[in-house]
Amino acid sequence: MIHSDAHLRRMMLIRAFEEKAEELYALGRVHGTMHLSIGQEATAVGMGTAMREGDYLLNTHRGHGHCLAWFGSDVRLMMAEFMGRETGYCRGRGGSMHIANVDANNLGANGIVGGGLPMAAGVGLSIKMRKTDQVGVVVFGDGANNEGAFHESVNLASIWKLPVIYLCENNQYAMSMAIRKSSNIADISQRASAYGIRGVTVDGNDLAAVHDVMAEAAAQCRAGEGPVLVEAKTYRWRGHSKSDRQLYRTREEVLDWQKRDPIPRYSKVLGYDEARLEALRKDVQAEIEAAVSFAESSPEPEVSAILEGVYA
Amino acid sequence: MRELTYAEALREGLRQAMRADARVFVMGEDVGIYGGAFGVTNGMLEEFGAERIIDTPISEAVIAGACIGAALTGMRPVGEIQFMDFVTLSMEQLVLQAAKIRYMFGGKASVPMVLRMPGGSGTGAAAQHSESLENWFVNVPGLKVVMPSTPYDAKGLLLAAIDDPNPVIFIEHKLLYKTKGPVPEEAYRVPLSQSVVVRPGAHVTVVATSIMVPRALEAATTLAGEGIELEVVDPRTLAPLDAGPIIASARKTGKVLVVHEAPERGGFGGEVVACIAASEAFDFLEAPIRRLAGLDVPIPYNRNLERAAVPQVEDIVREARRLARGEY
Repeated sequence: MIHSDAHLRRMMLIRAFEEKAEELYALGRVHGTMHLSIGQEATAVGMGTAMREGDYLLNTHRGHGHCLAWFGSDVRLMMAEFMGRETGYCRGRGGSMHIANVDANNLGANGIVGGGLPMAAGVGLSIKMRKTDQVGVVVFGDGANNEGAFHESVNLASIWKLPVIYLCENNQYAMSMAIRKSSNIADISQRASAYGIRGVTVDGNDLAAVHDVMAEAAAQCRAGEGPVLVEAKTYRWRGHSKSDRQLYRTREEVLDWQKRDPIPRYSKVLGYDEARLEALRKDVQAEIEAAVSFAESSPEPEVSAILEGVYA
Repeated sequence: MRELTYAEALREGLRQAMRADARVFVMGEDVGIYGGAFGVTNGMLEEFGAERIIDTPISEAVIAGACIGAALTGMRPVGEIQFMDFVTLSMEQLVLQAAKIRYMFGGKASVPMVLRMPGGSGTGAAAQHSESLENWFVNVPGLKVVMPSTPYDAKGLLLAAIDDPNPVIFIEHKLLYKTKGPVPEEAYRVPLSQSVVVRPGAHVTVVATSIMVPRALEAATTLAGEGIELEVVDPRTLAPLDAGPIIASARKTGKVLVVHEAPERGGFGGEVVACIAASEAFDFLEAPIRRLAGLDVPIPYNRNLERAAVPQVEDIVREARRLARGEY
């Protein structure tokens, strides 16, 4: 991977977006729920930087990072959607769990665990039928890999050699269920062998490592050699959603993973000192504040338009 | 006019759609060399090849999901679920993804797909191969639900469904596949959401869906001999429903019988009854609106029990006659 300040900034933007989301929620300025990916930014940005414009993305309910890491993402439209405004990516109809940027082939976050997996096979089939060199990436969690949909989708992609990267973002917990309790194997990537495809496990907190694995997987897909299962091991710092008391894990475990924070880790690779990092943090913060201002000054959807868009 | 069977009419519609548009393809279990469990895609593999007549593993969730993913990215998939019963395995993708994507993405995406499936009983296949689940889908905004009752409508509605930019659940009936009727050779369309009066009559309105339409017409012939004229209305598209012709007919006859194969409880008939009762036709009603539907029972195996579980011609004759004679 070619290292870049932009990659670091992108991770920090995701972090700042979610910290602001958390704050807005605590202050009662946002209605609804959200799922934060704080601590997992390297997986999202490693994925985004490895793909090409024109590729497709399907992601998860914990998807702020994936969307912000994808091509052409606009943090103002993200924030507006998060705050339920007409100017948001989905005109305030989707919210945090359903943010999509269809114009950039980001086919959306998904509120259903594993919900994007069957559709990803169709995206791959469509690419193959249209004979383009696009690739579809479907991001899902460790919980989703125990859904039947995972197996149906990977099987189909394997027999038809579809250009789909199955990126399992293993953040160790499906709500309160630990992956070590819900699966009898050490690495989710081992499941690839059951379908005769390549499976790779990567350190999901190492941006460059994620990037390189994803870039290699994308090259394999573009060469017509079929799907790849990538497992990025990372950790969710926050609770599942806003109501989580986190009784299923210890404080020590969380602190231990926080020592592996992907942001300072990558800033060291770039040779940043604390002063440069702080300057960048301020710059990102200003962008987030501008996004909040944009969102809060945007209109809410008209109730009279509630039935618009049910059918095309 | 030339006559085709319902299955042949569907096949001709599929062929014409695929010849006209390279984005259209067929996908499902045993649709290729086998020709589909009910023969609808018979011979299509030879014309279009395995790239466009695609055999899938037995994976109903991913058949539905692959249709959605392909539809979102520029294709026009026509999926087949081998028996409607098996669509229970596709429900998450249809209800939570296909139906909602356009709305929850603020109208910025569309899912132009058709999912064909044979429903209904009468083949002795018992409880897990005889379901009529149409009303599950009627209750999901974002989906369209189509149930053709004739070869003519089968072809015309299928072509319209393939053109439609929304997900369409296209429900065929196993017992109708071999029925024959006039079918024009050209690629005509029967518009979605257009109910039709298939037989005019003065005394009783019968609103019937799918196989209950030919049964209602047969009942109408019998009752005509007694001087009772039935007006038979076929909604053809259950959702979004074109209630206008149903309400107009109820207003005209003042007596309404709603007939479908699916169980009565929570069925489509209740929706039709409510549409009429809430309309200007209410003041013209001369009798309670009656429903004749499947019994609230799993479809039994035994021939006599299976027959007794869903409305037959004689049941429609009996109910319509009682309505006409003012016995309700």
